[in-house]
Amino acid sequence: MKNRRPLFTVAALWFGFAFLYVPIFVLIAYSFNDSRLVSLWGGFSLRWYGELLRDRQIVDAALLSLRIAVISATVSTLLGTLAAIALTRMGRFRGRLLLGGMIAAPLVMPEIVTGLSLLLLFVSMQDLLGWPSKRGATTIMLSHITFCMAYVAVIVQSRLAIMDGALEEAAMDLGGRPFRVAVDITLPLIAPAMLSGWLLAFTLSLDDLVITSFVSGPGSSTLPMVIFSKVRLGVTPDVNALATIIVAVVGLGVLVAGWLMLRQDRLAAGETPIRAYA
Amino acid sequence: MPDPESRPPARPQPSRRPWEDREAAPFVRLEGLSKSFNGTVAVDHVDLHIYRGELFAILGGSGCGKTTLLRMLAGLEIPTSGRIFIDGTDMTNVPPYERPVNIMFQSYAVFPHMTVEQNVGYGLKKEGVAGAELKQRVTEMLELVRLGGLEKRKPDQLSGGQQQRVALARALIKRPKVLLLDEPLAALDRKLREHTQFELMNIQDRLGITFVVVTHDQEEAMTLATRIAVMDAGRFVQIGTPTHVYEFPCNRFVADFFGTINLFASRVTQVESGTCRVQSDEAGADIASGDAGGQAAGAEVWIAVRPEKISISREAPVVGGFNVLKGVVWDFGYQGNRSIYRVKIASGKIVQVSTQNRVRSDARAVEWDDEVFLSWDPNSSVVLAE
Ligand SMILES: Nc1ncnc2c1ncn2[C@@H]1O[C@H](COP(=O)(O)OP(=O)(O)OP(=O)(O)O)[C@@H](O)[C@H]1O
Ligand SMILES: [Mg+2]
Repeated sequence: MKNRRPLFTVAALWFGFAFLYVPIFVLIAYSFNDSRLVSLWGGFSLRWYGELLRDRQIVDAALLSLRIAVISATVSTLLGTLAAIALTRMGRFRGRLLLGGMIAAPLVMPEIVTGLSLLLLFVSMQDLLGWPSKRGATTIMLSHITFCMAYVAVIVQSRLAIMDGALEEAAMDLGGRPFRVAVDITLPLIAPAMLSGWLLAFTLSLDDLVITSFVSGPGSSTLPMVIFSKVRLGVTPDVNALATIIVAVVGLGVLVAGWLMLRQDRLAAGETPIRAYA
Repeated sequence: MPDPESRPPARPQPSRRPWEDREAAPFVRLEGLSKSFNGTVAVDHVDLHIYRGELFAILGGSGCGKTTLLRMLAGLEIPTSGRIFIDGTDMTNVPPYERPVNIMFQSYAVFPHMTVEQNVGYGLKKEGVAGAELKQRVTEMLELVRLGGLEKRKPDQLSGGQQQRVALARALIKRPKVLLLDEPLAALDRKLREHTQFELMNIQDRLGITFVVVTHDQEEAMTLATRIAVMDAGRFVQIGTPTHVYEFPCNRFVADFFGTINLFASRVTQVESGTCRVQSDEAGADIASGDAGGQAAGAEVWIAVRPEKISISREAPVVGGFNVLKGVVWDFGYQGNRSIYRVKIASGKIVQVSTQNRVRSDARAVEWDDEVFLSWDPNSSVVLAE
């Protein structure tokens, strides 16, 4: 038994990765295809990227999507962080377990259900309160905040859970009032988690289709909605180019978020055990 | 880190015993202090007086409520009932950031995102001290705990002992009326711990701040403290000077907590002023003891004798028929500075004896399976009721 590679494991690994990434690589490759026919290679070209920029519908949708993503990521990061702090730092209150479970529920809720229930809510709110007066960017943002908040809360909560509560107590003992302690100690220590939560929320908002379709109105089509409707008429090369850009943006977001989380885990692991007499 | 020039810490002078002075006002006063967590009682009606300038140790096993008591003093835990007075002021409901008290956590809780300098200066900054004064006071404090030159380091670039000093400096810089220390030395290795014990006493002596130290290490408590409170299941079992709790434990729990002790089940036969006689079947002998501990003739008691109070010899000692046990060396352990003998006496009980090894190799030393006589002075044993 020498250093024999477990052939099966390696094969399984490669198969898995191929399964995940071959479609994406095919898509990226065809976005540089000069030919109009999707399945025929006509040489390398950037013409479809240029074509994209001239398509008003796509550019408008992209700008709308970005605006929604930035705002809903920001708001959901704030709300999610507050929820996480309440759940981990308020001690044991009645219903804490229930609330903790409920905040994470949107993570596993089928999107159809979330979308439908939000739509019903907006319709009845419109009837009763007159607000939101129409479905569009606002309702999309509210919906995105709803489900993104859950992700942020879970990420920040896991950071707070491994953070030594004595740090905040020490700051309070040294004369810091609760608000100062939150600013001086809690915030800097959970900032990486908040940033990775923001990035995750941003990418989730950017590519959501199902929930968005339920709550959007006329004249407010997000990028995924435009792509989806275009593709139904047949795959065109400019959609490939657009999808490639989205893959790049989302990939970057996930990469940075992952890196941040890895770093904070290392930081947390390095600071908890007290190294004796080095 | 060793510092040959630091002067030996001044032990509390025998005259400085405010707890014996009926006139002295306590600096910290706890009255019927209790804390329970959802029905489990962590601290149970504790009354305590601590005097200004004391280095008071709270000693007890795991889970007996030491940390909870300390946290109540710091204001981090709200008492279920009872009151806390510090320097005459009722502090029971004062939040931690307004108490003239600072705490050093067992985990040190050094802020990981701040430099040593920022950590130590945090408390002063919250008081509004800034600029040159802040810098100067931080530098002074870092000199005191001998961390000079490490101002710009982050905690993850420090050793455990250095982190401990940062935590100490950070808590001391505000000159609190009382400094609370939760197992301050538990995370340090043995050598560093012994060294730091003396340093803590040195600093306490120089600043004159009242220290309350929680520990589960009885040797540490005895080295550091002016007085020790022994805690068990949320209550104080005995409060006294280190000598007092070691030599005159009030019950078997305390006796056993401070090192090894031999206990013999006995019955009091005769009580006179200052002396008493007991009969013990377990010891198989007539025993004389200095004080009956308030017990009358006929009472069932325990006789407690520390191993180092017992002499061991092959020849019968020339004393008058009491406090002499005969046995066989059952086990023998050489520990360098001393030797431990475990001697089996007639009743089958094992008695532990320890001797100082003053001579390098003693030809007459007692060995395995030797027949030996054990004896001790009547004033070296204690009568315990429970
Ligand atoms: N926040 C809490 N919630 C519930 N129970 C608690 C809490 N804090 C402490 N206790 C309980 O109170 C008791 C005393 O705990 P405490 O931490 O004061 O013990 P300790 O003497 O400091 O022990 P150790 O030497 O292990 O640190 C324990 O039984 C513990 O389980
Ligand atoms: Mg403790």
